Amino acid sequence: MRIPCVCCGDRGVDEFSYLGDATRHRPTDGGAVPTAAWSDYVYLRDNPAGPHKELWYHGSGCRSWLVVTRDTRTHAILGVALARDVALARDAS
Amino acid sequence: MSADRYSVFSLLREALRGQTGWKPAWRDAAPQSAYDIIIVGGGGHGLATAFYLASRYGAKKVAVVERGWIGGGNVGRNTTIIRSNYLLPGNVPFYEQSMQLWEGLEQDINYNAMVSQRGVLNLFHSDAQRNAYVRRGNSMRLQGIDAELLDQTAVRAMLPFLDYANARFPILGGLLQKRGGTARHDAVAWGYARAADRLGVDIIQNCEVTGITIEQGRAVGIDTTRGAIRAGKIGLACAGNSSRVAALAGLRLPIESHVLQAFVSEGLKPFIDGVITFGAGHFYISQSDKGGLVFGGDIDGYNSYASRGNMPVIEDVCESGMALMPRIGRVRMLRHWGGVMDMSMDGSPIIDRTPIDGLYLNAGWCYGGFKATPASGLCFAHLLARDEPHPVGTLLRLDRFARGAVVDEKGVGAQPNLH
Ligand SMILES: Cc1cc2nc3c(=O)[nH]c(=O)nc-3n(C[C@H](O)[C@H](O)[C@H](O)COP(=O)(O)OP(=O)(O)OC[C@H]3O[C@@H](n4cnc5c(N)ncnc54)[C@H](O)[C@@H]3O)c2cc1C
Ligand SMILES: [Zn+2]
Repeated sequence: MRIPCVCCGDRGVDEFSYLGDATRHRPTDGGAVPTAAWSDYVYLRDNPAGPHKELWYHGSGCRSWLVVTRDTRTHAILGVALARDVALARDAS
Repeated sequence: MSADRYSVFSLLREALRGQTGWKPAWRDAAPQSAYDIIIVGGGGHGLATAFYLASRYGAKKVAVVERGWIGGGNVGRNTTIIRSNYLLPGNVPFYEQSMQLWEGLEQDINYNAMVSQRGVLNLFHSDAQRNAYVRRGNSMRLQGIDAELLDQTAVRAMLPFLDYANARFPILGGLLQKRGGTARHDAVAWGYARAADRLGVDIIQNCEVTGITIEQGRAVGIDTTRGAIRAGKIGLACAGNSSRVAALAGLRLPIESHVLQAFVSEGLKPFIDGVITFGAGHFYISQSDKGGLVFGGDIDGYNSYASRGNMPVIEDVCESGMALMPRIGRVRMLRHWGGVMDMSMDGSPIIDRTPIDGLYLNAGWCYGGFKATPASGLCFAHLLARDEPHPVGTLLRLDRFARGAVVDEKGVGAQPNLH
């Protein structure tokens, strides 16, 4: 599997580390009190068979965090964006 | 009935008749319109559940529906290791129950599953690891499970061909469970299927579940590629695909699907007696009865339903193998494959009711669920029959995540790729 990094171009998967589902959003209440929103965030996953938005860190390259859209059935990479840009776009909307 | 019981006499009879009298091991059942209990998933766990439901809990109208063929899932893809050398309270009694069921399995189901208690040795390479294994061994022995701590001299006597001169990963000793070993994985599926079938269970192959019917908050049936079937209770045992099947009922699970690869070499003369695991990385190896080395390591570590892996893990497995026993460097790899597994958020399984009445879950077996097959079947059958957890499975609840009562054997938290 190869991931086309936004900054570095096409690189082997062994240059990256995986940090899972990029669609989860950390609750903003600080977490002092256990809530359903927190256990959802920490433990529950959609786990789709198909396109999946996920976080990858390009540790052996530009050291950016990326949001990679990958088909979990075929390993085909459908899109790559800087995690920062994704977060800014989300906050703006 | 007794005519199709396997025995030394049936073998002899067939030897003399040119093997012409064998009948199919189970009926090719067509779906009926309704069952008391339907198990979704004809893997080892689903079939074992059906067998114990019929044999121990007297359940009558039971069906197992399988989208492919019996034994085509992880039950036929794993590296066949069975053991009960766990540490934590939720796991220890459960896996030991499984070990005991393995010990009587072949008599229970009248099938040769080639259960072979050839021993499982976990090597350690540092003082800290030694301490961890001392603790694990003590925890096992306190609960009546066999465990033996070996020093380097003892390991050397047992396995002279390991690399004891490795400067980075010196072998200091190992924790041995002699009762651990291997079992023939396909035979486990076939044996349970045959035994369940003989007790009247319908095993329905090529029948994919495509929907779960819910009426007034209760699961009452399934849609399949072979029509709709009503059910009193529905048990999901769909290793690797649990999230997808549970989603048919609108449930989200604490599970990610990941690929685990396995490897088999060309056949060699016997030289590895038992199962050996390398403690400094994730690598384990045994030798099959046909002579092939069977080995594996870590999961690929990102969500996947692809049933195939990628190079980095293959390299990592081979490097670990070479660090442990350099002599396998010239052995040719014959086959390798991947299986899709449920990775639960604490690395431990889930056997529980779901928030939907009539719908039950057996999932999250991660990469260690083959050894669990008998106990998983027994506990799930108990739950389905009695609506309460089996005594050895009381901690494997679905709500343990929300309650903070996780069974985190590896201590890495909710990170399936690190388990
Ligand atoms: C490479 C590899 C090595 C492993 N090594 C070991 C080991 O050495 N020791 C160990 O203890 N464990 C090991 N495991 C883990 C173990 O194999 C699994 O945890 C265990 O087999 C899972 O339970 P099962 O046998 O019921 O699963 P499966 O055999 O996968 O059964 C699940 C079944 O559900 C069916 N299904 C899915 N969706 C549907 C649907 N919609 N409708 C109908 N049916 C459906 C599937 O077709 C499948 O047959 C390994 C796994 C892999 C992949
Ligand atoms: Zn980069």
